[in-house]
Amino acid sequence: MKLKEYIAYRLMLSILVIFGVVTIVFFISRVIPSDPAALWVGAHPTVEAIEKAREELHLNEPLIKQYYYYLVGLLHGDLGISIRTHNPVAQDLKSAFSATFELILFAEFIAILIGIPLGVYSAVKKDSWLDNLSRVLAISGVSLPTFWFGIVLQLIFFKYLHLLPLAGRVDTITMLEHPLKVITGFYLFDSLVTGNFVVFVDVLKHMILPAITLAMYPIGLITRQVRSMMIEVLQENYIRTAWAYGLPKKRIYFKYALKNAIAPALITIGLSFAYTLIGAFLVELIFNWPGLGRYAAYSILSMDYPAVLGVTIVAATAYVFINLIVDLIQVCLDPRIQL
Amino acid sequence: MRKKEFIKILFRNKLSVVGLMIILILLFIAIFAPLLAPYPEQAKGEPNLKERLQPPSSKHFFGTDHLGRDILSRVIYGSRTSLLIGFSVVLLAILIGLPLGLIAGYYGGKIDLIIMRITDIFLAFPPLLLALLIATTLGRGLINAILALSISWWPWYTRLVRGMAISIKERPYVEAAKGMGISEWKIIFRHVLPNSISPLIIQATMDIGSAILEAAALSFLGLGVQPPTPDWGLMVSEGKEYFLNYPWYPVFPGLAIFITVMAFNLLGDALREIMDPRLRRKFL
Repeated sequence: MKLKEYIAYRLMLSILVIFGVVTIVFFISRVIPSDPAALWVGAHPTVEAIEKAREELHLNEPLIKQYYYYLVGLLHGDLGISIRTHNPVAQDLKSAFSATFELILFAEFIAILIGIPLGVYSAVKKDSWLDNLSRVLAISGVSLPTFWFGIVLQLIFFKYLHLLPLAGRVDTITMLEHPLKVITGFYLFDSLVTGNFVVFVDVLKHMILPAITLAMYPIGLITRQVRSMMIEVLQENYIRTAWAYGLPKKRIYFKYALKNAIAPALITIGLSFAYTLIGAFLVELIFNWPGLGRYAAYSILSMDYPAVLGVTIVAATAYVFINLIVDLIQVCLDPRIQL
Repeated sequence: MRKKEFIKILFRNKLSVVGLMIILILLFIAIFAPLLAPYPEQAKGEPNLKERLQPPSSKHFFGTDHLGRDILSRVIYGSRTSLLIGFSVVLLAILIGLPLGLIAGYYGGKIDLIIMRITDIFLAFPPLLLALLIATTLGRGLINAILALSISWWPWYTRLVRGMAISIKERPYVEAAKGMGISEWKIIFRHVLPNSISPLIIQATMDIGSAILEAAALSFLGLGVQPPTPDWGLMVSEGKEYFLNYPWYPVFPGLAIFITVMAFNLLGDALREIMDPRLRRKFL
């Protein structure tokens, strides 16, 4: 199979999987034991109002027809109307998505910044205290309940050290005094591009704790992956030759060895993106971060099924595509994989 | 692998011994909770409003919660809930995933295609998200949380067992059994199943920790165990409302989750290393 054919094949398979996901999610959400129409009408509902809402929401139609309406809407980018916020779900998700995505990107950035050098040095100084520390860090990273670790960080950096803000994405007063022109929805990027440094610093301060909480898991994964690959590569002949030439240490480790050890780490980084997406659900709730996770949690608690459906579909689609991209990168990087 | 060698490798790795010890201590605590907890009645939910939100002291080592209950007693009783969830989720997931994997792997063809495509769809959900959705549908509570997590977990076992079954069915002894006219079910249960069991056990050990972690997340979101049942995730969730002024409230139950999950991960890693010699001294 040629690469182009393979990509087309995988893309089709992904779309089929997403279709399956939509189907499962739709039917699960319709068994929720609550009356969406009553929720839609709000407090003090009358029988007529509920009946009217049932018709508006197509709830009187057979399930299979409701499913059809939902699919048709989905193809037009319509995810229905949220029962809780009364906004189109797609619109709610759009703003939440950029908040979550910015947080995830920042967390991955921290994870790479710490994970790669730590992995390299653990391999170079195998079985030293640094190596043992990185091992403990890696296992801790995958064992930590993120929601609890977030609370612990808030206690240390907000309550005791008074260094960082407790929660939120940006300080409301700062935002009022220095209004931010939103271009991409990524506040760090937008504030930097528009030269609004006051907001930039504030957003950065707000992002540090949730990002560190979220980064713990990928830090562990990346460190161990880089370490194990580096140990292998450092035993290769060309590295021995580099030593024999008397090349500087840093150049050997970071230029010659890391270059060959990094490919599998890229895959781990890609996969950890998918994990942080779900980690963000809990972290956002702790840090009151206005992203997909907080939106999902509130929607679940208020039985807002169009919103739950929408958020699940968006998250699952992102997950499927991240995995697809990772697979494709792997195919391109490793010629041994047969298509 | 011989038993002696297995134990030797397991005990050579200090961290895996630590993991095993912690799990044994936890089991001990869970079994003897009524004897170990200083205030068993409060652990089960009886309020003690005179002593609300007391800091740790000699009377209450971990302090008290918003209803005045002794946090240490509730953490001790919480070990029962967590271990119950961890073990039942994995067991239930294996009960669903194992037969499907055996059938898909052994028979192949159309039945394999159908089972594996369904599995793919379940695996396409990010971890926890499907469990969240099912828990929302089923309603809150301990049993529903266990069901929700198991339903989202079985595909991993189906995939694992299918892979094993495919490789085992090609082996000469299975061919020989077939030639002797032994029934297919007998072949599956006598030959294929016993030979797929060891990778399954390793995966299960690692998964108990993850199941405890995910169950805690469900409780934290209010979708799992309901009050007044002593549960670590729920205690962190309740403690979150008070943590700025009464930090001990969420800190101790969270620490219990962390230590427990870490213990299962340490042991699972060691087992994986033992079963796969290529990983020895290379990974974790």
